[in-house]
Amino acid sequence: MVKHRSADVVLVGFGQSASLLAQELTETGLEVLALERGGPRRTSEEFAIPWVQDELRFAIRNELFEQPHRTTVSFRHNARQRSLPMRHLGSFNPGTGVGGAAVHWNGQHWRFLPHDFELRSRTVEQYGAGFIPDDMTIQDWGVTYAELEPWYDKFDYICGVSGQAGNLRGEIQAGGNPFEGPRSRPYPLPPLKRDLLSTMFDRAAIEVGDHPFPGPASNTSKPYKNAYGVQMGACTYCGFCEWHGCGNYSKASPQTTILPVLLEKPNFACRTHAAVTRINLDSTGTRAVSVNYVDMQGEEHEQPGDLIIVSAYATHNVHLLLVSGIGRPYDPRSGKGVVGRNYAYQTVSSVDVFTHENLNPFMGAGALGQIVDDYNSGNFDHGRHGFIGGGYIASWTTGQRPIGQMVIPHDAPGWGSGWKRAAKENYLRGTSLATHGSSMAYRDAYLDLDPAYRDVYGNPLLRVTFDFHENDLKMSDFLTRQLTAIARAMKPRAYHANPVARHYSIVPYQTTHNTGGAIMGNDPETSVVNRYLQCWDVPNLFVVGASAFPQNAGYNPNGTVGALSLWAADAIRSRYLKSPGPLVQA
Amino acid sequence: MPNNRREFLKYSLLAGGAALSGCARPTLPDDSGDRLVGPPGYDVPAGHFFTAAERELVDAAVGRLIPADELGPGALEAGVREFIDRQLSGPYGRAERWYMSGPWHDGSEEQGYQMRYSPAELYRHCIPRVDAWCRDRYGGNFAELRAAQQDETLSALENGAIDLGVFDPRDFFRMLWQNAREGFLADPMYGGNQQFIGWKLIGFPGPRYNYARYITQYGKPYPLPTTGLLGRGGTSV
Repeated sequence: MVKHRSADVVLVGFGQSASLLAQELTETGLEVLALERGGPRRTSEEFAIPWVQDELRFAIRNELFEQPHRTTVSFRHNARQRSLPMRHLGSFNPGTGVGGAAVHWNGQHWRFLPHDFELRSRTVEQYGAGFIPDDMTIQDWGVTYAELEPWYDKFDYICGVSGQAGNLRGEIQAGGNPFEGPRSRPYPLPPLKRDLLSTMFDRAAIEVGDHPFPGPASNTSKPYKNAYGVQMGACTYCGFCEWHGCGNYSKASPQTTILPVLLEKPNFACRTHAAVTRINLDSTGTRAVSVNYVDMQGEEHEQPGDLIIVSAYATHNVHLLLVSGIGRPYDPRSGKGVVGRNYAYQTVSSVDVFTHENLNPFMGAGALGQIVDDYNSGNFDHGRHGFIGGGYIASWTTGQRPIGQMVIPHDAPGWGSGWKRAAKENYLRGTSLATHGSSMAYRDAYLDLDPAYRDVYGNPLLRVTFDFHENDLKMSDFLTRQLTAIARAMKPRAYHANPVARHYSIVPYQTTHNTGGAIMGNDPETSVVNRYLQCWDVPNLFVVGASAFPQNAGYNPNGTVGALSLWAADAIRSRYLKSPGPLVQA
Repeated sequence: MPNNRREFLKYSLLAGGAALSGCARPTLPDDSGDRLVGPPGYDVPAGHFFTAAERELVDAAVGRLIPADELGPGALEAGVREFIDRQLSGPYGRAERWYMSGPWHDGSEEQGYQMRYSPAELYRHCIPRVDAWCRDRYGGNFAELRAAQQDETLSALENGAIDLGVFDPRDFFRMLWQNAREGFLADPMYGGNQQFIGWKLIGFPGPRYNYARYITQYGKPYPLPTTGLLGRGGTSV
């Protein structure tokens, strides 16, 4: 065991949350050390054009993603089933390496709605407590949209988000999302150029009575110097955002928005190939003293720190708490305990459309598209529908990679000359429209440690027990119907709905939006961290990321992950450092 | 295409691919130290996994999955067997990044792949069994059959009707079809999609850097020629 000199702040993981926390906390003069299990990644090296535009290497062979042979999860639908390991990636793609999953995201940069943060109390207020199914364990976040708005705003201006405001300080703006929470400032950049599919979707959505607007994009519509003084270039619509790094300094990631400044600071260091395997507590169990990590050679290290921040991917945050014995593990039988509770995901569906027009779908950007938000969150009356939640509907034009994203009619032959003809006739004139629905929390959907399978470091795998529930299926089918109406109004040659499957499968890719398990809240009986993402049981430990979401909203999570990271960083800077201890009394 | 021309292309292609592997993978992999034991042939240079008999079956099979027809050349002409051969002799073939630790149990469809065999092992074990099934039913190996018989055989695999011992024939079919599409539509530097046969069929122009002035020209065909990561020749700079 190699023992290291203590650092003021130790960050576990070096992705989106960690880079924001490091940038903010180093401003106080503290010595900050990030431990990253993967390797270093630089735009000019690893994401160089054209090598980064390689579908096989990145999207199909998963170059930038977590490698299951090191660590993975096991999965089952319910507690009666035997859990089995996810042997290769499928349903979600956690990142590894500097920048984490924020390197290979699309840049679909959302704020959750005010309604989302107070979901339980607003649902009870509007529809009565009986509207919430017995096994649904949704709760309020303990933080409101109004409190997070300055940090959403700051994150927008760090990322250079392109978009059209729909609500500026309470005034509804033409062309934006009329349902969004009030923004203190417009988007830092105007919307991206509009492609043909977006114009067709926009027209059809208006025709059916919806309110389309440009998707909020962490893809730059113009050159931009961000809030930290980092220069970004204008997006060229090369179509290789998702699952690829950006070689053009146009998609927001730690590399393109934070690291050029952060890595220059003398009081910051990052150790790569350092896989954290445990957090060590003192004998009272109320203070974190150090973390253990394993380096590339398999050697173990101990790194002490005064303040330890777990800021890895959501599932890893939960896993690290469980293997370290921090917090009470959740027990689905009694409903007691908190770590692993309220695991949620995303409920998605699609409608394939085959157009008369040539769409040139290979031109695109990860967050280029028109959106309908009429059926999200609290934006419509749920009373007559009988479900909680909702989602957005989108015409994302992300680049339609030939191997993985070509859409051909569902009744075309699966292979042979018929397939070949269908591919030729539809690649340029076919695409898939999406619904992106919420995922509620349930008593029987949770994370714990697998009794049979271990990772390469000897720790038990994280076990995911999860399936879709009636409420979310109903919600998704509702969204699919709304999307189908838009698809029909586009007057395509043909369209075909792909509704959500009745049972969740870990096989096909859906979203890398795993949430919960170390959720935030106002009550230590039902949350792992307080409203500042500080661990109730161990005040010098913060757990930051989508693991803090009490349930998942109908939006992509990264905008909220960024805002929560900045909110937590501010609480540490302005309050915790002055008086280290619990920021909220239990 | 005459054989000698194909041979020439193949070998110049191998040279290109070998030179490239040095510069296209600058990332230091973080997987050292715990490699899984590979199938036979795991330690030989890229492009030499298949035996002669395996090559024949794979060539014939991909030639039916994506056939040459009135729309133009297919997977055989695009070099898809070469692509699969290289993939199987590399980290993908060895399932190097997959979680391959026991205990091993059958799972539900939604729990995904639960076989203890890597893709390379799957091909190695399944191909002779498919040939045996063909000899039994049609009196010849897969590659010797008429196109209609080959199609029947592939359908039987797809529908789980060929006994492959412990292997689920549907898994083998899924992998073969996935790998065939990969080879047909991946960058030519990986050995398939030669002369951009796959990309030209569907209209994908390759990894172009800047569409800023084209994305608002609604409905118009993109005017520039197809290109690959190694340039417009596809397999050499």
